Amino acid sequence: MAMLEVRDLSVRFNTPDGTVSAVNNVSLSLEKGETLGIVGESGSGKSQFAFALMGLLAKNGRASGSVKFEGKDILNAPREVINPIRAQKIAMVFQDPMTSLNPYMRVSDQMAEVLTYHRGMSHRDAVAESVRMLDAVKIPDAKGRARLYPHEFSGGMRQRVMIAMSLLCRPGLLIADEPTTALDVTVQAQIMNLLADLQRDFGMATILITHDLGVVAGFCREVLVLYGGTVMEKSPTDPLFAAPSHPYTRGLLAAIPRVDQIGDELSSIPGSPPNMTQAPKGCPFAPRCGFSAEDCLDHLDPLTEFAPDRWRACNRKVEELA
Amino acid sequence: MTTAPLLEARDLRVAFHLRRASDMPWTKPTLLHAVNGVNFDLMPGETLGIVGESGSGKSTLARALIQMVPATGKAIWQGKTDLLALSSREMLKYRADIQMVFQDPLASLNPRMTVGQIIAEPLKTHRKGIKPAEVKDRVKAMMDRVGLLPNQINRYPHEFSGGQCQRIGIARALIVEPKLLICDEPVSALDVSIQAQVINLLAELQRDLGLAMIFIAHDLSVVKHISDRVMVLYLGRTMELASSHDLYSAPQHPYTQALLSAVPIPDPQAERAKVVIPLAGDLPSPLKPPSGCVFRTRCPRAVDRCTNEVPVLQGNGHAVACHFPGTLQLAEIARATA
Repeated sequence: MAMLEVRDLSVRFNTPDGTVSAVNNVSLSLEKGETLGIVGESGSGKSQFAFALMGLLAKNGRASGSVKFEGKDILNAPREVINPIRAQKIAMVFQDPMTSLNPYMRVSDQMAEVLTYHRGMSHRDAVAESVRMLDAVKIPDAKGRARLYPHEFSGGMRQRVMIAMSLLCRPGLLIADEPTTALDVTVQAQIMNLLADLQRDFGMATILITHDLGVVAGFCREVLVLYGGTVMEKSPTDPLFAAPSHPYTRGLLAAIPRVDQIGDELSSIPGSPPNMTQAPKGCPFAPRCGFSAEDCLDHLDPLTEFAPDRWRACNRKVEELA
Repeated sequence: MTTAPLLEARDLRVAFHLRRASDMPWTKPTLLHAVNGVNFDLMPGETLGIVGESGSGKSTLARALIQMVPATGKAIWQGKTDLLALSSREMLKYRADIQMVFQDPLASLNPRMTVGQIIAEPLKTHRKGIKPAEVKDRVKAMMDRVGLLPNQINRYPHEFSGGQCQRIGIARALIVEPKLLICDEPVSALDVSIQAQVINLLAELQRDLGLAMIFIAHDLSVVKHISDRVMVLYLGRTMELASSHDLYSAPQHPYTQALLSAVPIPDPQAERAKVVIPLAGDLPSPLKPPSGCVFRTRCPRAVDRCTNEVPVLQGNGHAVACHFPGTLQLAEIARATA
């Protein structure tokens, strides 16, 4: 049995402008120790997907479908059920480390809080364990730094603190939502390196949510491409980059300028992402797709396996996308 | 034939005076040197890319050129006028020639003005006495040029997406036919698919209008794509300045090499195969920059000489500010990793 089983997860928000469908029928399963990348642009629903897993949706949001973690249904579970699972079994690292840390608490105190709350440890033991974890994420002089407040750390160090904090209870699954987007590239390289080391050492499954295909290429074994809240393509990393099977994935890869290649004009995807208050009936990418036909506006073929382990949702066959 | 540079920056420096709340009125303010002696020439029609991490002074440098922050040194425009010596009234004449596109597309547009008013404003300011009918024609023509529908002229910025707002910003900058366009992180707030649209638009406009461009970004791949020459900044100093091709194919400065090696490549095999040059620790505080070479605290190659002697930017065409330039060897990288 897979550690995480998501079946037909949808997320809707009731807003004054109408119902926004942020995530539509996303299914996936994740084994222990696996790395999955979820790639999408802003508004693709990648963060809301993660929030739904963790029960962190905004008040006007509703998730439907099923999410089973170690066989237990955790979607829309009451607080008593989800709280022990959060932090102890599933932890999350957010994009902006400054706003996700409490500015009024010393780093040691806010880290220790996790352990005293979830593990019932004494404050003294919890602080000692926190310092050990800060050491594990390679913060120099961990003992001294633990006494500092978040604003006294640089952006990269803050993100290390966030990662250390999320790992305190040795979770089986780590969800990292754009963990390096706010950081410089050299720091990004350090953090991704650290995450890869920790992922290997602690053997945790990791879901990496990002807009950066380069980060995914280095870190993930499997990739899920989201557009307009819908899964466009799901595939092991290497074949996805070598032979993308979906017009959107192709467009995305062609639109990235490469530092290791000399390029002429970038091929851009015309138009802009869909407005999710009027959820498209058919394929959300159809209005921007070079291969779309009339049927694409009305319906979208469900995600199907077209090669071993590779799934795509597109009305056109792979051979038609010449 | 050599043409005269459009802009020559000589020993450009920007120092911010910082005062702490606890300082006495007579305490000397702490100086933060955001830009510390930068030189470059910009040819007409050329694109100069400026890269660096946050805090490297790249935005401050651009702002200094148009007197948005006080700077010392010289910025000579078309071989004649020193822009930094001008009073704000005299500067006004040159503002039409140098326009700017900002990072945050929505925040840089006045929410209470229509798109037509926003794009027309520079024209009304810099071309006094222009007829309203002509303004409207030129605004519509410019909107068409940057890929906006001319019938959207009466809409407000919030009705547009980020990519479209950036097009409005570009239209506003180009309506007065500038000779130099300064783009400060113009695409970093945009999604990948939209980013490519805006980059292509900028490249096309530049080619057609013969614009010179200073293109500031932290994304090295974007800068490589659009620039003729690239300058690498670190703590307010130039580390390396070379043609885009030379800089990316044979970077000489250890910092440039580390920076380039850190860029993730969207190709799993290439990404796994590449060697990342690790940079120890964080960027030093610009309040207390290291002595000698500012990069020495994180450089795999640093020796005593780097502590004592500031390296000068030297070299024709491919200029490097390093005592020991050249490709880092695997052994050196391995030592830095250990």
